[in-house]
Amino acid sequence: MSSKDIKIKDFGKKTDKLYNLDLKNLPGLPYPYENWQDSPIPELSEIKRKGKNITLDGFLNIAVPEPETEEEKEAMVAKFLEGLRKLLSRENNWTFLKPLLLSLDNCVKCNTCSEACPIFEMSGGAEIYRPLFRSDVFRRIIKKHFSPGGKLTAKFTGADIDLNWDTIARLAQLAYRCNLCRRCAQTCPMGVDNGLIAREIRKLFSQELNIAPAELHGEGTVKQLDTGSSTGISPVALMDLMEFVEEDITDRTGLNIKIPFDKAGADILLIHNAGEFLSWPENIEAFAIIFELAGLSWTLSSEMVGYDSVNYGLFYDDVQLAKVTLRHAEVAKKLGVKKVVVGECGHAHKAIMTIGDRIWLGECNIPRESSMVTLEDLIVNEKIMVDPLRNDFPVTLHDPCNLTRSMGVIEPQRRVLKKICPQFREMTPHGVNNYCCGGGSGFAIMQSNNFPNWRYLVPGRKKFEQILKAFTREELSPDVHKYVCAPCSNCKGQIRDLLTYYDAWERAGIMYGGLVELVVNAMTDVREGFHEWDFH
Amino acid sequence: MYWAQVITYVSIIVAVIAMIAKVLRYLTAPESFRWELYPVPHEKGRAEYGGSYLEELDWWSKPRHSDWFKEISEMMQEIFLLKGVYHNNKKVWTFSLPFHLGCYLTIGWLLFLLLGGILETAGVAVGTGGNTFASVIHYLTIIFGYAGLVLAGVGALGLFAWRSSNKAQRRYNSPAEYINLLIFVAVVTVTLISQLGADPSFTTLRSYVGSLVTFGAAPPLGTLMTIEIVMISLLIMYVPLTRMSHFVAKYFLYHSVRWNDEPNERGSKLEKRLMELLDQKVGWSGDHIKTGEKWIDIVQETGNEQ
Repeated sequence: MSSKDIKIKDFGKKTDKLYNLDLKNLPGLPYPYENWQDSPIPELSEIKRKGKNITLDGFLNIAVPEPETEEEKEAMVAKFLEGLRKLLSRENNWTFLKPLLLSLDNCVKCNTCSEACPIFEMSGGAEIYRPLFRSDVFRRIIKKHFSPGGKLTAKFTGADIDLNWDTIARLAQLAYRCNLCRRCAQTCPMGVDNGLIAREIRKLFSQELNIAPAELHGEGTVKQLDTGSSTGISPVALMDLMEFVEEDITDRTGLNIKIPFDKAGADILLIHNAGEFLSWPENIEAFAIIFELAGLSWTLSSEMVGYDSVNYGLFYDDVQLAKVTLRHAEVAKKLGVKKVVVGECGHAHKAIMTIGDRIWLGECNIPRESSMVTLEDLIVNEKIMVDPLRNDFPVTLHDPCNLTRSMGVIEPQRRVLKKICPQFREMTPHGVNNYCCGGGSGFAIMQSNNFPNWRYLVPGRKKFEQILKAFTREELSPDVHKYVCAPCSNCKGQIRDLLTYYDAWERAGIMYGGLVELVVNAMTDVREGFHEWDFH
Repeated sequence: MYWAQVITYVSIIVAVIAMIAKVLRYLTAPESFRWELYPVPHEKGRAEYGGSYLEELDWWSKPRHSDWFKEISEMMQEIFLLKGVYHNNKKVWTFSLPFHLGCYLTIGWLLFLLLGGILETAGVAVGTGGNTFASVIHYLTIIFGYAGLVLAGVGALGLFAWRSSNKAQRRYNSPAEYINLLIFVAVVTVTLISQLGADPSFTTLRSYVGSLVTFGAAPPLGTLMTIEIVMISLLIMYVPLTRMSHFVAKYFLYHSVRWNDEPNERGSKLEKRLMELLDQKVGWSGDHIKTGEKWIDIVQETGNEQ
């Protein structure tokens, strides 16, 4: 069956793979990638496939079980319907019921969303990746099983869908073929949010059927609540890492900075995505240098969860979301800080600042601020001095969806960049109209099986195209070093992986990093050369 | 035509109940997590580029400046010009705009018929001469009526053609969606034929509406006008029962979700409502959830997650 011919009524059909991503269908890339040959997509081994339903498109990022008997399958279908009932009830889903009902009830099927979706576009228009496809599978199930006379009028009202285990298993997989970037919602004339629907489907599977990607649940929120961080860094290991960070600051800059921890009554509790500690310690260092040289009263926390702003619950599970964000609130309350400043992590911004707004109640309602805003104040108001010529190379900015489209934090980071980077230029489109990096909704941390290939080939391809187009042909020479500024840990991870897959450092001289690294690189109080052109 | 009046009354009652039920469905839904989407038009000085008050240093200590004029202006452009559709899907806009404008004008026409009916029952003749106000109503009824019916009919036909000729549309739209559009076309056609043929100034129709107000006897109606009235009545009843009444939801989608950036403040009514919601029991049965316990207890619990 051609990818463009798949219909919703085919969704429950018995087949090993409903859709096959054909590299030939993918849109081409601009200069200097006109002749780029994508790597073949690795087939999953029998061992990896065993016991799992991977019948959507053959990519594996959520281990949906394949029950052995028909009875087991029927039991799972019944459990799914029970979860769906809860999802539609006030008692169990007060957290998102209103926006969910509004989005489920009111789609006028104009398909405007499809044009806005980078996954649909960059797959070459694969029908199953159309935002409406997923939502309509879900709507039809609801209509058929939860509307009066739904089964009787199914054909007339468009609710003709078979509800079997394949339908459900594929729906779970399809919910993880969306970055939750909400670009579709932004263009929907009605305001319907297909991203939210995808998230709510994920939630149903997690909160009722115990089905969620390991990176988000077992290795994500569960590990974070148990050990203190989804990276597995315990409070003890954190202090060891900090010794390295402090030594590295001295090596790079000659400055002796003692990073403050658990300083009660500090003005600011700074909270980082713990991924920075392991992969980009220079980001932690840069924040410390800026805050110390600006004379701010600040601290990090070594309390469980307090040193990791990550909250993967945002992507799949309200209970885990609330548990993690409440830990953050309690840490801030205990320290008695005046405000929490969220480091360079988009989803943490959203979880702590706007979602947390409905959970950080009473004494836990500590003010929260974006580090983009804190930095803007320091730089634009010249509380730290910078020499922009130290950053005299082409720089472009990636807008994390959670920070921009979902929170409206657009200009502070731009005002900083305009002050410190003379060759700053925008991507097209940017700001609230940006494209996701392709790692959104947890995809950036899903490194196993063949899923990374999907990430690079489909959603990430749009971002890579945008990055290439941000520079001129001359600038795209590998001899001209260029910088993609991504003030978000997950986006940074995805962009690192994209640049690696497309060999962009070697072929086009494209490097990536955060915002604070550029700030420190320009600070006149700091020895030159903080930023190193060392791709990692 | 006693039975036609009964159908109209029943239709209006059903429509009102259905609309109230729809409003209540969203109005009484519990306070949800924040899920705004930028640009938010009431963000004064920032809406143009999609910024928010979160761009402000220590935003919680400063007054928030909301530009309600901008928000209303945005709403008006959305309602009357379908701005979002224009920017994101011009093909749909070509047909959707006349259809929606036609519907608004037709609603206006019905309201003018009602007003005219009330005036006539009060003894004020609605026509070309006499009372100025009644004259204005007379002309507005004619203008709104014909403009509305023609635009709605053309728009519905255009949408039907677009949905029929577009593969993606055919794939996702159920037979009901097509039939709904054809119902509009049928009602408009019958109404235009009936009115142009027998009652071009809507005089009889106004008397009929007047009879509904006074619960009096309906004026003599021909067969075609009786069919027209029954069709309009059934359409009035049918629309709120379908997704065609999405205008109600659009208000909530925009104001309660997309543009709702109200921060929670300590001791606020919002905080009280949220506290109550957290006091509810959780029914989910995932392994990481203690089913039957309260939200607040589950999320506050520390211990082994495994």
